[in-house]
Amino acid sequence: MSKFDQDVNYIRALILLSIFKAKSGHPGGSLSSVDFLYFLFDKVLKLKKKDFKNWNRNYFILSKGHCAPALYAVGFIKKFLSFNSLLNLRKIDSNTQGHTDLRKLNWVGASTGSLGQGLSYATGIALGLKSKKVNKKVFVMVGDGEIQEGQVWESLMFSAHYKLDNLIIILDYNKIQSDDFNKNIMNFEPLKDKLISFGMNVQEIDGHNFNQIKNCLLRIKKNKKPNFIISHTIKGKGVTFMENKPQWHGSVKLTFEQIKEALIELNNFEKLRKYL
Amino acid sequence: MKSKILEVGKSQYTLRDQFGLSITKLAKKNKKIIVLDADVAGGTGLHRFRKKFPKRFFQCGIAEQNMISLAGGLASLGFIPIVTTFSVFMLRGLEQARLSIAYNNSNVKLVASHPGLDVGPDGGSAQCLEDLAIFRSLPNFRVISPADPNEMDSAVKEIIKFKGPVYMRTGRSEIKKIFTKKYKFKIGKGKIIKKGEDLSIIACGVMVERALVASKKLEKEGIKARVVNMSSIKPIDKDLIIKCAKETKKFIIAEDHNKFGGLGSAVSEVISEFCPIKVKYISVQDEFGISGEPNELAEKFNLDYKAIIKLAKKLNLKK
Repeated sequence: MSKFDQDVNYIRALILLSIFKAKSGHPGGSLSSVDFLYFLFDKVLKLKKKDFKNWNRNYFILSKGHCAPALYAVGFIKKFLSFNSLLNLRKIDSNTQGHTDLRKLNWVGASTGSLGQGLSYATGIALGLKSKKVNKKVFVMVGDGEIQEGQVWESLMFSAHYKLDNLIIILDYNKIQSDDFNKNIMNFEPLKDKLISFGMNVQEIDGHNFNQIKNCLLRIKKNKKPNFIISHTIKGKGVTFMENKPQWHGSVKLTFEQIKEALIELNNFEKLRKYL
Repeated sequence: MKSKILEVGKSQYTLRDQFGLSITKLAKKNKKIIVLDADVAGGTGLHRFRKKFPKRFFQCGIAEQNMISLAGGLASLGFIPIVTTFSVFMLRGLEQARLSIAYNNSNVKLVASHPGLDVGPDGGSAQCLEDLAIFRSLPNFRVISPADPNEMDSAVKEIIKFKGPVYMRTGRSEIKKIFTKKYKFKIGKGKIIKKGEDLSIIACGVMVERALVASKKLEKEGIKARVVNMSSIKPIDKDLIIKCAKETKKFIIAEDHNKFGGLGSAVSEVISEFCPIKVKYISVQDEFGISGEPNELAEKFNLDYKAIIKLAKKLNLKK
């Protein structure tokens, strides 16, 4: 197992530990999105805690803000967040709010919890950086259920119109939303065709494959079109009993038996058992 | 006595035109100011800004939700985004105003033209009678409604000085000039613009001029009606309300807005807690408007100076 995969397994374990302690939260989408998230923070964004005070930098925004546990766990690894904060997820007076919250943490990019808004907010930042002639990038991750929001398509129209090639939109496409599979709730396929017709550079990758994540980011074009990466993932990835099951979207209370089984599968039970 | 702040007469500009002029002038010095528009710049008075600062004017198309969230992102880089559309379409981005702006206390100004029955012929669907109530209920938002072009000019400077979210009404119709250039708007402050001790007429926006006319006519009948311009609806000038309540004992609160949640409610919240007195309301009675000229609508919906006079007489008879 590569160092990267080991790290991601540990982050998956931390996500579930924090959700277990919180007695609620969204494990499915947190586990599906975390490979890409960690890759961005570890290899691409190059951000240190002090950088978040400046506007002249790269940005990441988690528009699917219910997957905050994944961002918090990555933030802990990158030393933006204390372990204590991670374990206080969703607790009263914590800085790890149920959805990312700028009032509490300046490095989370946007306050979220209403789908579609994070994408527009990120687009605003991309527009602002362009108009200040600053050569920095804005990464924003959206969920598959999220793209059913009309605001998402307003925003894509806008970023194409303003030629925001500094905007990189990542779709964590795990095929499952709150109640059921996307196709049973509201079908949006053929998605790639829609995105191309909206003026995006579109790439499709396996979002759990390190090399594919790396290569798709190397292929980001500066051709006056926004970039859209369809990252195919598995809801609940890494924990067999959660994989591909709508019931693990959230907001769920994990039993002790469940968290134990999950941490064992992720090879982190011994390391983390004292916190259970 | 000739007042230093009053100068009633014909105005050259509507409130929306004056807003466009004032913000364009201010933007020469303040480079942080940018404008976002949803295809209504001709109607909101921002076409001047577009012409003068094409690179700081961002056309967002008819897509208000994206526009309002976008403004939050731009503000995070230090810009001061002025988001402009008709007030009724601001409601379309209400949840965006809540999370992308109010929640983060973002420095964004939502400047809405076409409020109230003052919209006129476009009809009920376009006449926004709910905006003051709605934006007043969002934490961090300041809500203001200036009464004439000179006050608008002063208000533009003040909302740019203030760091945080503002919802401001301009206005569609031609209105009279009320104030001299000496009149200064302050967030959180109202002003007594005509003296009187029998009752106070607390008004905002287009109702201020009607209140002044009513007060002058009442004077001839021996009723001395104080007129207060309460252009800052949130925060509301608590001290001034208490002072007027103590001194005049009776209020008429007048606004081009539904009876719920706007200026009437804001003033009444202060009165009921600190100084209970007799209050009457001039407002739209929980219904939607219809097409017509603004003056015809004001008469039909009892928002004209005659309605104020009628109500004042009723109040005063019960001395």
